[in-house]
Amino acid sequence: MIAAAVVFAYLGVVLYIGVFAFRTRRTDGAEDFFLAGRSLGPAVFLLSLFGSNMTAFSILGASGHAFANGIVTYGLMASSSALVIPVSLLVIGTRLWSLGKRHGFITPVQMFRDRWECGHIGTAIFAVQTVLLVPYIIIAVIGGGTTLRTVTDGAVPFWLGGAIVSLVVMTYVFLGGMRGTAWVNAFQTVLFLLFGAVAVSVVSAGMGGFSGAMESLFESPATAPLLTRERISPLYFLSYTFIPLSSIAFPHIAIFCLTARRLAHFKKTIVFYPICMILIWLPSVFLGVVANQARAVPAIEAKLEARATLASSGAALGVEERDRLRIQAGGDDVILRLVEGYAPTLLAALLAAAVMAAVMASDSQILALSTMFTEDVFAYYGGTKRYGDAVQVRTGRLFVIILTCVAYLIALRIPQSIFDLATQYAFAGYAALSPLLVAAIFWRRSTKWGALASTVWTAAAVAAIAMVQTMIPAPVPGTEVPVLAIGGLDIVTRATTGAMVFGLLPVVPMTLISALLMVLVSMLSPRACPGRATLARYFAG
Amino acid sequence: MVVQATAIRVKTALSAFLVAALYVLHQDFWFWRQARPLVFGVLPIGLAYHAAFTVATSVVLAVLVKLLWPAALESERPPRE
Repeated sequence: MIAAAVVFAYLGVVLYIGVFAFRTRRTDGAEDFFLAGRSLGPAVFLLSLFGSNMTAFSILGASGHAFANGIVTYGLMASSSALVIPVSLLVIGTRLWSLGKRHGFITPVQMFRDRWECGHIGTAIFAVQTVLLVPYIIIAVIGGGTTLRTVTDGAVPFWLGGAIVSLVVMTYVFLGGMRGTAWVNAFQTVLFLLFGAVAVSVVSAGMGGFSGAMESLFESPATAPLLTRERISPLYFLSYTFIPLSSIAFPHIAIFCLTARRLAHFKKTIVFYPICMILIWLPSVFLGVVANQARAVPAIEAKLEARATLASSGAALGVEERDRLRIQAGGDDVILRLVEGYAPTLLAALLAAAVMAAVMASDSQILALSTMFTEDVFAYYGGTKRYGDAVQVRTGRLFVIILTCVAYLIALRIPQSIFDLATQYAFAGYAALSPLLVAAIFWRRSTKWGALASTVWTAAAVAAIAMVQTMIPAPVPGTEVPVLAIGGLDIVTRATTGAMVFGLLPVVPMTLISALLMVLVSMLSPRACPGRATLARYFAG
Repeated sequence: MVVQATAIRVKTALSAFLVAALYVLHQDFWFWRQARPLVFGVLPIGLAYHAAFTVATSVVLAVLVKLLWPAALESERPPRE
């Protein structure tokens, strides 16, 4: 019950931050609500931008992935992001900030419409971005409901937990807009940063140090591969470096780039981003690996037994039994179980609040969708001109309520696995949309038709890959089912982890073909569009 | 003017080289099947390498910010309506 009290206290704090942000607003204008008046200082900009990029996956998913796959998780997801994301902020984020400031853009679609002199193609980009973003919001509702149910030992049922979390997020986004969201994100990031160090020291004390655990893992043939990367191919490892390209293309991150008061605020964010990554991801991954030796915790012991059964007789089991064992062996809650097993009650409660912070990271996405709807649809199709700036902000707030309610209702009815799948392909989808940003900012010959070709390709590829993954069940670990082969050469296969193309993650061909389409179709379309006046606003000389 | 343009080209080429070098260093096939030595007695070498890589990335990013900083963007004013 102490854990529940601490988590509810945490919810109260974030709610208060939203109310405080509402009170300190400077105007009732759209720029103040959606971009915090482009006024965020360096510390809040760094912490909140980083927090917006960290979803529930950073703490829960990372340790769960490391529990099953070992140390490779860090190289796959953390060190590649620590390089690609700050470089994209330096090269693209700073330009977005400048264009936003000069031309008053609030969303990426506004820039695309202006840059390529296109209307409905902008609406098509908006639609694809929206479809790829919505599953994150639903996942957060499900995560919130599950966490509250767990920390209250079932006293708060899933439907009520999801409703409470949705209500809290909705309220501070509704009241505080970008300022409230940024402050809450900054607060959450501080919690994440503390979480790693505290969790490592507490679990280390509980397990009597990690040296013995590491030696035991190394000695056992079943767990020794977790300490190397021998289970995955270098090609697979390489293809993961394409995933962080999605970061800058996510609307909530692109919009966030517009909130800095000064361009110089990017400097600290770029330099310290990798340090924040290591502080959060290294403990999460390390603890996930170490959990394989935490047999003293009954819940973890049950996971390890389920995994052993799958490995020894998985092929002989029925699909249903295999799926049941897979769920039982799943490691998404492994860090919670470790903390529960080794931390004193109050500390465990504080760590549960940090986990709560991780699963509530959907606020930026809700605000981004609200911003996109009011700017790219409501304002673009004449709403602001007809009804004024204040009505636009009210529409944005109304959208926050509607979106949260719809996400909540969907979360109650549809299983999480579907949204896990959707978010998995959202990363690939946004990575494939990144050539749009690069072309708009750096390539004067790019055209709206090139942008449309990349967008349509992205939507079709995401749908096709998701269909392959849904229709063909996951094979036994270590095997692949051919889906498309030409002349004996496997082109598309279905592996346990998902669909593969030439042994690579789908994100690689999706992004490369998207970039190729942007180039080819732009070269084939008329030079006259966009006109000289538009180009002069983007390119010198 | 020519000297300035050349300096910009050199800085851009150097920055591209640094990013490419980091990208190659990220694909550390040399520690692929190796767990030992355990750095500080607990971190498998593959994990310790990537942790060190992350810190090195931060240092290189500090250099990139010096080399590539688009200072001109800060002084740009909104166009007149």
